[in-house]
Amino acid sequence: MKSIKSFFAKKNFKNFKNMLKGRQNHLNRSIAGNSLLFVIMAVCGLFMAMPLIMLTNNALKPLDELYQYPPNIFVRNPTLTNFTDLFSLVNLSWVPFSRYIVNTIIITGISIAGHILCASLAAYPLAKHKFRGRDFLFGLVIMSMMFSSQVTQVSNYMVISALGLSNTYPAVILPTFAYGVGLYLLKQFTEQIPDSMIESARIDGASEWYISFHIIMPNIKPAWLTSAIFQFQVIWSNTGRLLLRDEELKPMQYALTQITASVGREGAAAAIAFVMALIPITFFLVCQSHIMETMISSGIKE
Amino acid sequence: MKSIKSQELTSYLMIAPFFVLFFVFVMMPVGMSIFFSFTYFNMLEPPSFVGWNNYTRLFLDDDIFLIALKNTLIFLLVTGPISYFFCIIFAWIINEFSGKFRAFLTLIFYAPSICGQAYLVWGLILGGDRYGYLNGLLLQMGFLSEPINWLNTERYIMPVLIVVQLWLSLGTAFLAFIAGLQTVDKTLYEAAAVDGVKNRWQELWYVTLPAIKPQLMFGAVMQITSSAAVAEISIMLAGNPSVNYAGSTVVTHLIDYGTVRFEMGYASAIATVLFFIMIGTNKFVQKLLKRVGG
Repeated sequence: MKSIKSFFAKKNFKNFKNMLKGRQNHLNRSIAGNSLLFVIMAVCGLFMAMPLIMLTNNALKPLDELYQYPPNIFVRNPTLTNFTDLFSLVNLSWVPFSRYIVNTIIITGISIAGHILCASLAAYPLAKHKFRGRDFLFGLVIMSMMFSSQVTQVSNYMVISALGLSNTYPAVILPTFAYGVGLYLLKQFTEQIPDSMIESARIDGASEWYISFHIIMPNIKPAWLTSAIFQFQVIWSNTGRLLLRDEELKPMQYALTQITASVGREGAAAAIAFVMALIPITFFLVCQSHIMETMISSGIKE
Repeated sequence: MKSIKSQELTSYLMIAPFFVLFFVFVMMPVGMSIFFSFTYFNMLEPPSFVGWNNYTRLFLDDDIFLIALKNTLIFLLVTGPISYFFCIIFAWIINEFSGKFRAFLTLIFYAPSICGQAYLVWGLILGGDRYGYLNGLLLQMGFLSEPINWLNTERYIMPVLIVVQLWLSLGTAFLAFIAGLQTVDKTLYEAAAVDGVKNRWQELWYVTLPAIKPQLMFGAVMQITSSAAVAEISIMLAGNPSVNYAGSTVVTHLIDYGTVRFEMGYASAIATVLFFIMIGTNKFVQKLLKRVGG
């Protein structure tokens, strides 16, 4: 009797809350607290989004508004001239601009796929197996993240040219496979997979490879997608200036920054700043929405 | 016995692809850089061995390194923990919301980190003449009678860089927390409510944080590496060298020697010192994190 009563009480409480917030799976929430959080997030959000707003508005400003005083954040006479300027500049590029785009797709696609495969394969034994040298090897990965990349760039260049990879796609692709941040993230998520799940698969006669591909990998997809976001950013900020000499091999981000580098192109530069931000944001949104989907569909935990 | 051996072999085979590439493309360059730190190396002639010279010069003869070290320690010990705290709090608050709105909030808060050089917008905001947005605003409202050169005045440089760094701080760690929070088992909260957890703060400390401990550890390493490596914002906003070296950090100092003066040996010594500072900080932080959740 008592349990039925409390069941209804809880249910009523939830319904009431749903009207206000639409969050069903959390107990212990007060309306006042929810409203306070909403206000905090609105204020902070505005502060965080401010530069995005300015970036968008600048891209739409005609030249005279870009130099206006007092400076105005919001555009008055929005125009797409900056983008048409950019488009005509892009058509003047050394090799057809589509070539740069293809290069970016090849480099980014293979890098992310290869990295996620290598790192998830390695994450499983590092998180769940016992073998000699495990902690030492994993310690090396973490420590390697702490050495300034500005210094290793030079020795990295030496290694790559000693291997004869300089000025080829693999020069920029292969090192990204061994991206330590991604391995670390995947290993941390693999640790959270319950041992009982792996044990029962073993009892059913599954090999370690089968477990890795069919139990571990599907369950760490949120980590995959998060790691893909990080790696996309790393690749996107790397113009390959040191390692790729042929114009035919260079990625789009290189070509775009080259246009900004020349003087007297404020308008096109504003458009480029917008595009340079838009592409990683799009990638981010695609990955984030998939994270939500996988979480809804899987329900993996014990 | 045999099966243990074969399982060990499987483990090694599984980690092989990653670690072979890791040793070639990551460990070798790091090892070479540590070796260069004991040499004079201008990248044109082969390196010549100089023993501990770079290190003694760094600590005894380089006044700017001491300024840079002080600034980096401020970023590492003050800005770093604050931003780590922000990452947890904002990820947790965002997780309280649902559906599209939550995805939107994630984007807004992560945006400064994802837009590459979005921090350059601060250059516009803090422009030193009347065209800077902040100066323009303050002049219009009558708070200032003449524009302040924010990025070229010694006493404003560090505070400005700290604000920009905090603004940028919801990065890798933040996103890892968001992903981690989504995997927390919902039944844990119901169990905790039965056990007497009364409000969301208790829930955070006793349920949520322990459940995402692996992500917390990951986030700590990310926050240490990013706050110890602050350089780009300083160089792009305040210049390198900045006025009176007020905005110098260990990494801007290293970039100065490595790419401007072609003293790679000395730059490597700076990197090696920073490397050990970060390892030490990480050891300490990981110990602290073991206490999360009481």
